Amino acid sequence: MDDTQLNTLVDAIVRELKASGAVKTSASSSGTSASASATLPSSSATSSKPQFSTPPISSHLISSLSIDLPDPTLTRATPRVNNPKDAQGLKAIMASTTARIGVGRAGPRYSTAELLLFQGDHAVTQDALYRDVDQKLLDEFNLFTVQTKITGGKQEYLLRPDLGRLLNDDAKRIINEKCQKNVNVQLVIGDGLSAAAVEANLRQMFPVIRQGVQTAGLTFGTPFFIKYARVGVINDVGELIKPDVVILLIGERPGLGRAESMSAYMGYKPKYGDTDADRDVVCNIFENGGTNPLEGGAFVVQIAQKMRKHQASGVKLKLAN
Amino acid sequence: MLLRTKLHGKTYEFPDIRLLMGKANEEKSGDRLAGVGAETAAERVAAKLVLAEVPLWVLHDNPAVPYDEDEITRLIHDAVDQTIYNEIKDKTVGEFREWILADTTSTDMIHRTSNGLTAEMIAGVTKLMSNLDLMYAAKKIPVTAYCNNTIGKPGTLSSRNQPNHPTDSPEGIRAEIYEGLSYGSGDSVIGINPVDDSYGSVSRLLDMSYDVIKTWNIPTQNCVLSHVTTQMKCLQSGSPVGLVFQSLAGSQKGNDSFGISVGMMDEAYELAKKHCFPKGPNFMYFETGQGAELSAEAHNGWDQLVLEARCYGFAKRYSPYQVNTVVGFIGPEYLYDARQIQRAGLEDHFMGKLTGISMGVDACYTNHARADQNAIENLAVMLTAAGCNYFMGLPMGDDSMLSYQSTSFHDAPTLRQLFNLRPAPEFEKWMEDLGLIKNGILTEKAGDPTIFLKR
Repeated sequence: MDDTQLNTLVDAIVRELKASGAVKTSASSSGTSASASATLPSSSATSSKPQFSTPPISSHLISSLSIDLPDPTLTRATPRVNNPKDAQGLKAIMASTTARIGVGRAGPRYSTAELLLFQGDHAVTQDALYRDVDQKLLDEFNLFTVQTKITGGKQEYLLRPDLGRLLNDDAKRIINEKCQKNVNVQLVIGDGLSAAAVEANLRQMFPVIRQGVQTAGLTFGTPFFIKYARVGVINDVGELIKPDVVILLIGERPGLGRAESMSAYMGYKPKYGDTDADRDVVCNIFENGGTNPLEGGAFVVQIAQKMRKHQASGVKLKLAN
Repeated sequence: MLLRTKLHGKTYEFPDIRLLMGKANEEKSGDRLAGVGAETAAERVAAKLVLAEVPLWVLHDNPAVPYDEDEITRLIHDAVDQTIYNEIKDKTVGEFREWILADTTSTDMIHRTSNGLTAEMIAGVTKLMSNLDLMYAAKKIPVTAYCNNTIGKPGTLSSRNQPNHPTDSPEGIRAEIYEGLSYGSGDSVIGINPVDDSYGSVSRLLDMSYDVIKTWNIPTQNCVLSHVTTQMKCLQSGSPVGLVFQSLAGSQKGNDSFGISVGMMDEAYELAKKHCFPKGPNFMYFETGQGAELSAEAHNGWDQLVLEARCYGFAKRYSPYQVNTVVGFIGPEYLYDARQIQRAGLEDHFMGKLTGISMGVDACYTNHARADQNAIENLAVMLTAAGCNYFMGLPMGDDSMLSYQSTSFHDAPTLRQLFNLRPAPEFEKWMEDLGLIKNGILTEKAGDPTIFLKR
């Protein structure tokens, strides 16, 4: 019997079973799950198991199964304590913190829904760390790519922060060929610890910075992308291009479930030996809860102007203010 | 000095004790970064072969930082019981390993020997231990301490209730404390890491957590893990302090970078004995972690295991209620992945116990390490088998302030039920009175934080 014949047969059996009322249709069982998902615990994956009153034929089971779940990250902080003493109070204390409380338990362990939500949150941080920034995004802004002295991929990048602070020889040559020197503001983008952060924020932030710099009557240098970048690479960029201000947009270390957070590190005439004390930073740039990337872009331009005015950055800029 | 061996026909020679010790470590990214790690797997074993033949007195006489230059070296060496040291100093490191593991060596014998050891001797024998060696040996060395309750008693496993909050909100922290208590987390301490280290913020959190302890008559203690100088101010001004906390490093230079010294810790200890509200006599809480000295350029060229052992020697001076390594917090430059974090956790726990301190572990990882929650659960099981005194209890293991993951409120009861262990005895009685636990098993009532909303 080939597949087509098999399917025809199975469909016929299914129709018969449905007609006799021996089995609920798949549409009604998954529909229940989806509509309940906005409310309480039944949104967990386990609740959408179809129920059969007679021993099913296995191929029938698969073809009638339909699971179509809403995004569990949109229904965080769902109270999962069974029969809490104070249900209203539970909601109130859960609202007082972003920590995962009121999560309930299965024996001494987590509920399936909370276990999988946690794993989902960790998974996006891992994917953000071990993946490269989308080339299409870099092409959109005509960003050419250079690399630091990391040669051994993400693993070496994580192990050798010292090498991530230095441009390799090719990078220096390419930057010398392609970049305008002695500009007022040089923008560079680095992957850092999160590709997702660059992807989430660059489309909004890049135009704001470019336009802001130009509106202020300043020269905007040739922007480019640095792969395997650490913040300290700002010094090499400063030495090569001799700009007044370097702005480095770079992905931050992901928090659990938050991989889209980006930072803008800035320095006035950065040079070899400069440290974090010589830099300013706008951190936690992301939509919905962090510094909005549009505002972040405008803020960065303001800081650049302030740096030029006081001819200083970092601790020195604070003292000058 | 000649330190040489052949292995599979190849000769390996080590220029000095420092490099021999570094290369004898199991693989760790931090030792590579420090330039003291073995170049090949065979070189690592060659170093272990040579180290196994080194007499203990050689490690005693070659501290990581010279006696004249470092107050931690002086503190540890001055505390050595010479009678006991003389009994063991001619044992080789390999013989010492077998002595610890031997059926004829009792718990009491090891406890006594602890007082004749320096950190370098302890680190040396640790390098020769396999993971299961570390678990088996540590289990032989229970260390018990007392504050408002008892920690480290064989047959028990405690849990620090760690209710951190991104903005130090007292309401939010209180809610997390309730959640943890309802699972039986908090018998080690209710210990809050503050965002704001100022006196006002720290004393406010001390007052709030003390209020929870008093309202519910909980046999435990509180702690706000600020810099020790802030807590000293709190002690002097009459704030209710249960345990006094500080992070420790294994060298004077490392402690400089933490803004502390032996003199300052002596002063804090005197204040703690005088002003802490629990009955004691153990009032101190310390955290450590391999790699901290290297990250502060304060390792003097030595490997991170040796520096970590020196932290425990420092801690022992203050008869702490509890000490834990925060083993995966430092990041992949020092401990790259789950395997390295697990190894370091087992090493640290064993070294703490051999030093003679009440040792727990923050089994944890950051998001840029090659590790996940499964790896940390594995480590917690191994450490429970090894007799670890306590773990951290966090809401689902997710610290919403420090952005790292550790063990959870759920993990403590799971590990207890898995290994037939109980909470600290006073705390278990309290849980029984509230109806949260029966015969060591959580009741239906457990896991509901709202039972604490009114009293």
